[in-house]
Amino acid sequence: MTTPILKVTGLTMDFGGIRALNRLDLDVCAGEIVALIGPNGAGKTTFFNCVTGIYQPTGGDMILTPPGGHKSINLKGLKPNTVTEKGLARTFQNIRLFSKMTVLENVMIGRHCRTHAFIFGAIFRTKATRKEEKEIIEMSYSLLKEVGLAHLADEFAENLAYGAQRRLEIARALATEPLLLLLDEPAAGMNPQETLQLKELIKKIASAGQAILLIEHDMKLVMSLSDRIFVMDYGKKIAEGVPAEIRANPEVIKAYLGEDIDA
Amino acid sequence: MFSYKEIKKTALISLWFVFLTFPIMVIKVDPIERIVRWRWDNAIYVGVGIFFTRFLIEYLKDRNNKRQAAKRSANKESQPIIHSIIANPKQRNIVIVVLLSTAFIFPFIFSTYQTNIMITALMYVVLGLGLNIVVGMAGLLDLGFVAFYAVGAYSYALLNYHFGLGFWAVLPIGGCLAGLAGLILGFPVLRLRGDYLAIVTLGFGEIIRLVLENWNDFSMGPSGISNIDRPGFFGIELSLNGSIMYLYYIMIVLMIITIFIVNRLQDSRLGRAWIALREDEIACQAMGIDKRKTKLVAFSLGAFWAGIVGVIFAAKTTFINPASFTFLESAIILSIVVLGGMGSIIGVIMGAFILILLPEYLRAFSEYRMLVFGGILVAMMVFRPQGLISNIRRTYTFNKDQ
Repeated sequence: MTTPILKVTGLTMDFGGIRALNRLDLDVCAGEIVALIGPNGAGKTTFFNCVTGIYQPTGGDMILTPPGGHKSINLKGLKPNTVTEKGLARTFQNIRLFSKMTVLENVMIGRHCRTHAFIFGAIFRTKATRKEEKEIIEMSYSLLKEVGLAHLADEFAENLAYGAQRRLEIARALATEPLLLLLDEPAAGMNPQETLQLKELIKKIASAGQAILLIEHDMKLVMSLSDRIFVMDYGKKIAEGVPAEIRANPEVIKAYLGEDIDA
Repeated sequence: MFSYKEIKKTALISLWFVFLTFPIMVIKVDPIERIVRWRWDNAIYVGVGIFFTRFLIEYLKDRNNKRQAAKRSANKESQPIIHSIIANPKQRNIVIVVLLSTAFIFPFIFSTYQTNIMITALMYVVLGLGLNIVVGMAGLLDLGFVAFYAVGAYSYALLNYHFGLGFWAVLPIGGCLAGLAGLILGFPVLRLRGDYLAIVTLGFGEIIRLVLENWNDFSMGPSGISNIDRPGFFGIELSLNGSIMYLYYIMIVLMIITIFIVNRLQDSRLGRAWIALREDEIACQAMGIDKRKTKLVAFSLGAFWAGIVGVIFAAKTTFINPASFTFLESAIILSIVVLGGMGSIIGVIMGAFILILLPEYLRAFSEYRMLVFGGILVAMMVFRPQGLISNIRRTYTFNKDQ
């Protein structure tokens, strides 16, 4: 087996006396769609926040290994922007777009960490800056096309429909050219039609070889998309495996439906 | 709109106003005759005046709403006249040429007094544009902006006093020192935002002023520094009028350079990062923007312009003391940015002209000057809370079929 892109071992996160994550292990390989599921409050979003550097975990390691024999990096202790630079990009459970910026600009922000122009370049608009700017616009636009929002490029992000905002977040995250894309409940609040579109979109992105780690509550979506599933409850991993195994796992059923009192 | 309920409400409002203005409008103490005059007729004027004014305001609001509703139903994007002028390059060029030529011949047509006022207005334009980077674009509420203005002014005054350095030599130095002060202030406030940031910057502004006021050996305290050199003109001695005119042209050029640079910054990778930072800090970091660096650059660049204007201020008045750098000054610059429209360059320019020129030309109303001024500010914020000119986000042209 190849080395996974992201290998999380023993990740622990304490908030005061509360242990939100308890020695969690997880790994994602190249080209895989891995889902992380669990009841509300299980610690899934906390996990995302730890991996992306928004929270500093109490313990454990998160090793990112870029494909092609590059050196591994431990993401622990890095700032969110550095984590993104190293190759993790995420979306948010409650949409966090730049609402007063246009749709295209939102995606252009995603290119920030892959470009370099600074004060000097901005003021004098050097040849290199102009070229870079052109590349940013072109790449952003092609990403918008990919998620089906190209016709709304000049609209303010806040004016988009809910489903479109979700897709814009994905496009923005993809603009950072991530090794691993983290999606935090992308289908939350979507109607069946939108969910179906989203499923097609995620499939399309994954077919290009993009590794994806997904938090989702929609079981139908999770079961049909994922290569592997991790199940969490109370900050602990309670199961892992391919969808068929998870469906049959008594621990998982217990976590979701509760225990039979007579048993 | 002339329903019984409306009339009753309006009557109550006018009564309230009569009550509020009672002490100043009705009672008058005559110290010579030692009696109190009761000017009851004034109360009636106030009451009747407010009654009709309110109906006028309601009528205007109503008309505005109807017009907007009509526009919405016609599905037409409403565009203020200025936006349509910007969008049309031909019209835009004509407007720019007209404005530039007016600016150029201004000191020849008007008196030195007018030119002097104009210099002040131009200074505030540049200050506003500098603060606009910090508040308008990066969304960092800075209430101590005047501190950087003071740093610039004192750099010139002190370097000129001790080392005899000239205006042109100190102009970049003053800017850079203020920029450095921006960096120094930036570090401790990196984690703060909103109200907390406002309080810390306010404190910083006061610290700078108090240091200047009390550190006599360094800044000569409240008595200030006088006899600062005016800007040099290739070693030629200029008359007072000549040097005011000269300063006016320096300000015009500086303003054009500032507009050019701020405009370019706004449309760059850095400008986008600032606006993203204003919109959502966490998402911004998650998209790979270094919050620390972006904030510090915003602070420092904003402060740089304040420093530059500070140097010019010192050269213009030839005398500075800490009294010129009070919190009120920061508040005025902030009002310019908010009144003009956060993040909008044209808005800030118009805001500066209104806020600086209005009190000057309202001198005719002498004692009611500040009252009228305050009224206009309140009216502005009621009718156009987004500022005079709200910012338009740039749209990008590119090949859509690639």
